[in-house]
Amino acid sequence: MEKYDLLIIGAGPAGLTAGLYAGRYRIKALVMGALVGGLMTEAFKVCNYPGVEEISGLELTEKMKSQVLDLGMEIKEDEVGSLKKEGDWFRVKTQSGEEFLAQTLLLATGTRHRKLELPDEEKFLGRGISYCATCDGPLFKDKIVAVVGGSNAAVTAALFLAEVADQVFLIYRKDKLRAEPIWVEELEKKDNLETIFNTNVIGMKGQKNLEEIQLDRAYQGKKELKVDGLFLEIGTVPSAALSQPLAVETDENGFIKVDQSGETNIPGVWAAGDITTGSDKFMQIVTACGEGAVAARSIYLYLKGGKK
Amino acid sequence: MKMTLTDQNFDKEVLESEIPVLVDFFALWCAPCRMIDPVIAELAEEFQGRIKVGKLDVDKNPETVQKYGVMSLPTLVFFQKGMVVDQLIGVQSKPVLAARIERLLTPGGHS
Repeated sequence: MEKYDLLIIGAGPAGLTAGLYAGRYRIKALVMGALVGGLMTEAFKVCNYPGVEEISGLELTEKMKSQVLDLGMEIKEDEVGSLKKEGDWFRVKTQSGEEFLAQTLLLATGTRHRKLELPDEEKFLGRGISYCATCDGPLFKDKIVAVVGGSNAAVTAALFLAEVADQVFLIYRKDKLRAEPIWVEELEKKDNLETIFNTNVIGMKGQKNLEEIQLDRAYQGKKELKVDGLFLEIGTVPSAALSQPLAVETDENGFIKVDQSGETNIPGVWAAGDITTGSDKFMQIVTACGEGAVAARSIYLYLKGGKK
Repeated sequence: MKMTLTDQNFDKEVLESEIPVLVDFFALWCAPCRMIDPVIAELAEEFQGRIKVGKLDVDKNPETVQKYGVMSLPTLVFFQKGMVVDQLIGVQSKPVLAARIERLLTPGGHS
């Protein structure tokens, strides 16, 4: 059975950066993730990654991925099925049925999109509801769409959609968007984009596809808004499915607690990226990369046989 | 082996096919589509002769996209004798896809 010094679970920016450093440290590591790039692949334009003026999430993913592969590292598109500590090793079985042993683990599984948890939300998924503007937006050419949220993700989704859709409504529950001011300035330039504040979506209707959403506050005299698409950018929740089996300590929201080296409470287990409480929980590509690098170094020193 | 499907060849390659066809609606900018690409390719090999597999670029073929109401990517649509018999939206694992294909090939076993 294959034995790895390190298994990096998650192939987003944290996992890929850890893979990069692990490669340079000549650690026998495997990077494994459901989707290489993770949430980064959904980013329309990334303008706040240092050294890169503007790049799409997909392109940045390709660059990070090539850099890791060029070191001879392996990246597997797969997920952990089961995980067990056996003496000094972690026995891992993947969803596709492969099995191997790893001496250390780095949990970099990131987060998933939060849902509104409304009835019919599942029904309209892929039939008007989407959690990814860059994935599905172009299919709404010349249509009317709404985006729910006030973050960078929500505002950039609205900006992206404004380029294809006929009309975009950005609906936010508070009275001020929390996106970077520089993005908010861009919103104001779009003629086909309206921001609706202090409002929540509380229902949805449609025969087969989404046709209408219900608001909790009237907009232009009506609480119903006719839309063809609804894009939800209301935050993310940790993909911490592995925390429990490993008995890794998390905060009350499920984010993995780490020290400044990325170590968790379980010996041999580190965590990095959006999944952690690190970097003041500021979930950015750059902070995920930073945490991935720090964790990789800590793991390298641990494997070498002595802490710093 | 995957066929390249277009608005122009869709009728002939899919609707007029004797054997079932799995149509993969994708776009070049769609990361999840790229993720299932190798899985679809493997299934095309494994089920060769029993089903046909084709890919349709949604950016280049708006007619077919409109006709089948594709609103999310990836969307996988199963056709049999010119009719839609099953559909899957979003990323799917190989075991799930294989099971759906098997179900389609079982006499009387499609949804």
